[in-house]
Amino acid sequence: MALAQQSSPHARHARPTSRVMLWVILAALPGLLMQTLFFGWGNLINVLWCMLVALGAEAAMLALRKKPLAFFLKDNTAAVTGLLLGLSLPQFVPFWVSAIAVLSAIVMAKQLYGGLGSNPFNPAMVGYALVLISFPVAMTTNWAEAGMLWQSAPGFSETLSIIASGQQTAVDAYTMATPLDEYKHKIASHTATEVLQHPTFGAGVARGWEWVNAAFLLGGVVLLALKIITWHIPVSMLAGIALMSLAFGSNPDQHAPLSLHLLAGGTMLGAFFIATDPVSAGTSHQGKLIYGAGIGVLVYVIRAWGNYPDAVAFSVLLMNFAVPFIDHYTPPRTFGHHKARRGLPGRTQG
Amino acid sequence: MTQLWDFAGGIHPAENKHQSTTRAIRNAPMPERLILPLQQHIGVPAEAIVEPGQHVLKGEKIADVVDGMGVPVHAPTSGTVENIARLPVPHPSGMEDWCVILIPDGDDRWGERTPTPDYRNHERAAVLDAIRNAGISGMGGAGFPTDIKLRPPKDRKVSTLILNGAECEPYITADDMSMRERADEIVDGLKIMAWLLRPERCVVAIEDNKPEAVAAMVKATDGTQIEVAVIPTKYPSGGEKQLIHVLTGMEVPSGGIPADIGVMCQNVGTAIAVGRAILRGEPLISRVVTITGEAVAEPGNLDSLIGTPVTDLLAAATLQEPRLHRLVLGGPMMGYTLNTAEVPVVKTSNCVIAASAQELPDPAPEQACIRCGMCAEACPMELLPQQLFWYSKAGEFEKAEHLNLFDCIECGACSYVCPSSIPLVQYYRFAKGEIRVQQAEQLKADRARERFEARQARLDREQQEKELRRQERAKAAAEAQARKQAEAEQAAAETGAQDERAAKAALVQEALARKKAKTTEAAAEAPDKAELEKQLAQAKSKLETMQSMLEDARAQQADNVEKLERAVAKNHDRVTRAEKALADANAAASSATQSTD
Repeated sequence: MALAQQSSPHARHARPTSRVMLWVILAALPGLLMQTLFFGWGNLINVLWCMLVALGAEAAMLALRKKPLAFFLKDNTAAVTGLLLGLSLPQFVPFWVSAIAVLSAIVMAKQLYGGLGSNPFNPAMVGYALVLISFPVAMTTNWAEAGMLWQSAPGFSETLSIIASGQQTAVDAYTMATPLDEYKHKIASHTATEVLQHPTFGAGVARGWEWVNAAFLLGGVVLLALKIITWHIPVSMLAGIALMSLAFGSNPDQHAPLSLHLLAGGTMLGAFFIATDPVSAGTSHQGKLIYGAGIGVLVYVIRAWGNYPDAVAFSVLLMNFAVPFIDHYTPPRTFGHHKARRGLPGRTQG
Repeated sequence: MTQLWDFAGGIHPAENKHQSTTRAIRNAPMPERLILPLQQHIGVPAEAIVEPGQHVLKGEKIADVVDGMGVPVHAPTSGTVENIARLPVPHPSGMEDWCVILIPDGDDRWGERTPTPDYRNHERAAVLDAIRNAGISGMGGAGFPTDIKLRPPKDRKVSTLILNGAECEPYITADDMSMRERADEIVDGLKIMAWLLRPERCVVAIEDNKPEAVAAMVKATDGTQIEVAVIPTKYPSGGEKQLIHVLTGMEVPSGGIPADIGVMCQNVGTAIAVGRAILRGEPLISRVVTITGEAVAEPGNLDSLIGTPVTDLLAAATLQEPRLHRLVLGGPMMGYTLNTAEVPVVKTSNCVIAASAQELPDPAPEQACIRCGMCAEACPMELLPQQLFWYSKAGEFEKAEHLNLFDCIECGACSYVCPSSIPLVQYYRFAKGEIRVQQAEQLKADRARERFEARQARLDREQQEKELRRQERAKAAAEAQARKQAEAEQAAAETGAQDERAAKAALVQEALARKKAKTTEAAAEAPDKAELEKQLAQAKSKLETMQSMLEDARAQQADNVEKLERAVAKNHDRVTRAEKALADANAAASSATQSTD
């Protein structure tokens, strides 16, 4: 009899990466549903298009790198990158802008660094930041006006043709400045009460956006409950935004209020789905807290004093830079040791 | 209710214990032959003290450690020693080692036994010796000699004695069934160990998935000072460091032993063995082994003689060979695979899993680490397994060591949860091995360097001393000459001009004498020319040999190049000198001839 020779442990009970990623996709669906309900078909079309491009780009790169296609494609990580971009990009962004975002995410940020697990930067955010800098008009003027799906135009086919044609003029009738953008530009010359008259804010915090953010929060809680993510990054990121807002932006006549920071823009999607990408995030619990808090602080700083209305992509990328440094200085204390061994070997002792 | 602490991480693997707890402990059938490895413990291997063909009685010592740490091996039954040979022994590498092969005679006749039920009236040292002579080493895993463990250093008072009945590994039920059926024997052994150590607290720790064992132990310890602590089921709660933390809230310091914080853990099987050794005078010749897995039809626990081949135990549990895919000795988390069932049960063997392919399937291909951190959540030592993996794989061992690689207990929790099915523990074992090799090499290199530097220092010192002596001699010579000159001058001044003529005459005489002497010398030296030529030829041939040796040494980069270089130089000098001498001799001879002409 040929007995199998294996190294321990012999028992395994892992949730494979592909299933982890599938859960991430499922947990994002409520958010996509809300986006579709309030902002039309744009996001859904973007998500499908981006996922398609992502899988195609991943397959092409794997083929070029002579890696087995099926083995890597079925880990669902490329699909998640496509999904995150589709959820983040403006609803009416031309198809080629989103394609460039996805291609740079998969080809440059992921595969050229060595594929899954080797990328120092969040691929989706690399793609997003690249198109935001390269195509600022397309990325700021294509946000859909909030309105219930069944009441408002355009319909599915019209949305599809707007995205496919990339005609800027065709879309102007359906777009509107995002709440964060509107507030930022008007508050310099208006009072808060006057600014909030704009229809983009609606009756609540930010029309439509509040529901989208609530849905991503719900999805995030599901991921927490499934132990796919830990609380450290989302909580510290939201706390970072909140503390900065309370410290520097308590006057609504000068800065956007905290409620707007949390419930408008990409805050919840960023906190639960983007910043939590484990490959490019901090490692230890303490490292995750610093990483998340850093993103939160940067999000606020860029939104309040920078040129961009939203800032999740830049903040995540900036903190990605800091991860190796954070990791060296935040190892946990090992059982049986007095304190953690921080720093590099030979430099500090613990 | 005992206060309990929680340890970080841990996992809840499928227990798979019920399969082997439905049947009571059975006696394994007497095998046709017993294979008794000489090393079943940590320390020096025992040496056989029997000869092939010798008849031994049950419990008779057949091997012992004469010098160094270790325990003896006893005959598990009466019979004849067939041979002493190298055979496969239970080891992850599948290696062979020296074993005594015993053919049972079927009588199972005991040799002499000396029970000491009144051990309390004896010296503790004598009782410890009796434990050693009974061949008892830890039966939980490592096999550390129990008598040595029970003699902690004088400055390490054991205040808490823990009997580890956690048995947290899936499948294994040997301790569970022993506690259910042999609780009184366990308590007897524990009492002996408590008498030896005099701890303030004595706890039996059992996971809460073994209610029957808990009930039996509570009953057996009734009326004693021994506590029974029921701890939450979580792997690896039975790990020594984890169990100590659960029961005391204390952490065994990194690199230390439990005695450093006044704690000692003992295994259930060891307690039984100690009790039998002291109360009945019976050495350790059998143990309870769990035989389980989907490839055996009648899983259960077998009281097996040490040395029983695993094949016999599998047969006793009705092995269904076509289903057998993987044979694991130990548990599914930390056990190792066997490549043959011919290996015997030893003192540390607690479980054999005959697993089917569905039960313990071959691992999925390794995927990329996505740094999800599930391993860090599972790690009971609070390490960063993904960083350790990264550094181990990249060969950055210094960084892995810095992140406390050597605190890893190899429990396998990280590999168990890894979504990318990375064999993390295997990477850590590899890194640890590489680091140990590097350390050994470093030590060797350091020693070589030290030796080289010492030699260099000695040579320098000798050179300096030589130089110093030379200078001293030169100085002394200069002084002597100066003195002589001064004396001569003085003498010349004293004798005055009147002696000048006499002196001149003497000088002329002297010169004449020298000239005469030289001529005779040259004439006398001339016949030695042949001798000088011989010397030169010898010196030349020696030089050639030396040069060829040096070239060889250079080509091989041997470390005697330097020495050979010096030897060549020396021989070269010798040749030059010989040549010069010969030339001188020739010149002298010709001048002598001329002068005689």
